[in-house]
Amino acid sequence: MHTLPRRWFSLFAGALALLAAGSLLAQTPKKPLKIGFSQTGAESAWRTANTVSMKTEAEKRGIDLKFSDAQSKQENQIRAVRSFITQGVDVIVIAPIVETGWDPVLREAKRAHIPVILTDRTIKTEDESLYACFIGSDFYEEGRMAADWLAKFAAGKGNIVELQGTPGSAPANERRKAFADAITKYPGLKIIDSQSGDFRRAGGKEVMEAFLKKHSKAIDVVYAHNDDMALGAAQAIEEAGLKPGKDITIVTIDAINEAIQAIVDGRINCTVECSPLFGPKVYETAAKLVAGEKVPKKAYNKDELFDSSNAAAALPSRVY
Amino acid sequence: MKNPDSRPRRPVSPLVWLVAGLALLVLLNLTKNPAFLRVTWHDGHLFGTPIDILTQGSRTMLLALGMTLVIATGGVDLSVGSVCAITGAVCALTLQHGQSLAVTLAAAIGVGAAAGLANGLLVARLGIQPIVATLILMVAGRGIAQLVTDGQVLIIKHAAFEFLATGFVLGAPFAPLAVGALYLVSHAALRRTAAGLFIEAVGDNETASRFAGLAAARVKVLAYVFCGICAGLTGVLIAANIGAADGNRAGENAELDAIFAVVVGGTALTGGRFTLLGSLLGALLIQTLTTTMYNLGVAPAVAPVPKALVIVGVSLLQSEKFRALVARAWRREGRSGA
Repeated sequence: MHTLPRRWFSLFAGALALLAAGSLLAQTPKKPLKIGFSQTGAESAWRTANTVSMKTEAEKRGIDLKFSDAQSKQENQIRAVRSFITQGVDVIVIAPIVETGWDPVLREAKRAHIPVILTDRTIKTEDESLYACFIGSDFYEEGRMAADWLAKFAAGKGNIVELQGTPGSAPANERRKAFADAITKYPGLKIIDSQSGDFRRAGGKEVMEAFLKKHSKAIDVVYAHNDDMALGAAQAIEEAGLKPGKDITIVTIDAINEAIQAIVDGRINCTVECSPLFGPKVYETAAKLVAGEKVPKKAYNKDELFDSSNAAAALPSRVY
Repeated sequence: MKNPDSRPRRPVSPLVWLVAGLALLVLLNLTKNPAFLRVTWHDGHLFGTPIDILTQGSRTMLLALGMTLVIATGGVDLSVGSVCAITGAVCALTLQHGQSLAVTLAAAIGVGAAAGLANGLLVARLGIQPIVATLILMVAGRGIAQLVTDGQVLIIKHAAFEFLATGFVLGAPFAPLAVGALYLVSHAALRRTAAGLFIEAVGDNETASRFAGLAAARVKVLAYVFCGICAGLTGVLIAANIGAADGNRAGENAELDAIFAVVVGGTALTGGRFTLLGSLLGALLIQTLTTTMYNLGVAPAVAPVPKALVIVGVSLLQSEKFRALVARAWRREGRSGA
C-alpha cells in the first residue's frame, strides 16, 4: 500500500515530462501569428483601402487576423480589445477613434503581456509604456515634399494660394506648417492667401472662385491640403476660362486615383501620397515585437510623390 | 403701451433690417476691395463676385424655400442635408447606367418626395416631434447615401447634368435663375390660392384649423413632401456643381444654413406667418457672409467669430425690443442734450 503514492507520483511525473516534450515538439513548426485589429469604421475611401490592405496582407503572410469594425464608436473598440485579450492574440493593433480614455483597457493588455500597436492616429496617455509603438502617416513630411517639389518646378518663384483642410485638424495643421516652413528657403515663393475648403471638393471650388476674383491674374500656384479640394479648385479655374496645370500650377496631397488620373490629363501637377496601405509595415513590426526585438516608438509609412513623370506608370497599380 | 402717436403705426417689415445688414456687409467688402461688386463679361457670360454669390447661394436658397413651408407649419426638417446626399448618389447611379437627364431628374424628385413623405407621415400621422422624426432620416440618410455609393465618391461626367449648376443662359447663371423661377411659382401657388393661408393656419393653431374644417394633417404632410422635393433638387445642384456624388459630405450642415436663412428672413420657428422673399434674402446673406470672409482674408480658424457677430447684429436689428431700447436711449440722450 505504501508503494501506491510513489507509483502515482512517478506516473504523474512521466505524464508531465511527456506534456513538456509534446509542447516543445508542437512549438517547433511555426505557429501562425494571431493578431487582433480594431478598425475605426468605414467612413471614407481612404479607410476602406486601409482595411483592405490589412486584410489582404494578413492573408498573404498567413496571419490569423481577428478584424473588428468599431463603427466609429470607442466603446466598440474597447470591447474588441478585451475580446482580443481573452482570445489570447499575440499582438493587438488599434486605429484609435479618439485620443483619450484608453488607459484602463491598455493596462489590461499589458498585464496579459500582449503588445499594442497604434496605427494612423495617436492617443493621449500618462504612461507611454502602455503601447509598444505608433505607425502612421507623416503629415509634416508630406507638406515638406510638396513644397520642395514646387520650389524645383517653379524655379523658386510664384504667388501661392493655399486651400487649407478643416481648421484644427492634425493633417491641416501639419501640412500648413510644413509648407510654410519649407518655402522660407525660397524668398520668391509667397503665400498670398489662405482659406479653408474644409477638405471638401465643393469647398475647394468655392474658395478658389473667390480667390480668382480677388487676385485675378496674380495666382501662379494652388497648394491644396487634399486632393478633393484640388479637384474642386481645378474646376473653378476651368470655369474662369483658365487651364489648371498650365496657367496655374496645382500641388496637392493624398494621391487618390482621381488625382493621379488628373495628373495624367495635365489638370494637376503633383500629388504627394498619404498612403493608407499600412498592412506590410504593421505586420513586420508585429513579427519583430513577438520575436522580442526592439522597435522604434514612432514609425511612419513611406509616402511617394507623383507628377507627370511617374503618374501614368503608377495608375494601373493603384488600389484606392 | 403708450405711444405718442395716437395713430397705430404700421410695423416695419423685418426684411428692411435684413436688407440693411446685407447692404452693410457689401459696404464692408467694398472698402477692402473696391472691385467687389464689379461684374464683367468673360468667355460669353457674366463673371464676378456677385455672380459667384448667387450661384453658390442658389443651393441654400432652394433648401430654404422648402424649409420655409415646413417651419410655417410649426415643424422643422433636419433631414434635408442627408436627402441631398441620397439624391446626389442616386443621380450618379442613374447617369452611370446611361439614363437620360429627364429620368435622372425624375428619380431625384421621386427620392426627395419619398423622403419628405416619410417625414410628413411620422410628424402628422404618428404625432412624433418634428425634430425627432426628421433626425431619424438625418442620421439614417447618410448611411443610405453611403450604401448607394458603396462608400466611394462617384464621379459624374455628364455635360447636361453639370450645366444645371454651372451653366449659363444668355450669359446669366442658370442655377440662380431656375431657383428664382421656383420661388416665383411657389409664391403664386401659395399666395394666389388659399394654400399659403392653410399652412399659416395650421402653424398658428392646429386644433383650431382642424375644427374649422381644414385637413391639418394633410397640409403638414404636403409641406414636408414639398421640402423633400426641394432637398432632392438641391442634391442635384450639389452633385452637378462638383461633378461628383459624395455620400459622406454632400449637404453636410446644409440643414442648419437653411433653417437660419428662414428664421433670419422673418419666419418664426413657432410657425404661423411665413415670407418666401425673406428666406431668399436670408440665404443670400449667409452666402455673402461666407464670401466676405474669403474677400477680407479672415483666417479660417477664427472666421466663425465674425460670422457669428454679423448674425447676432442682424438678429438684434430685427428684434423689436432691442430697437425700442435703443430708441429710448437715443431719445433720453437727445432730451438731456437740449
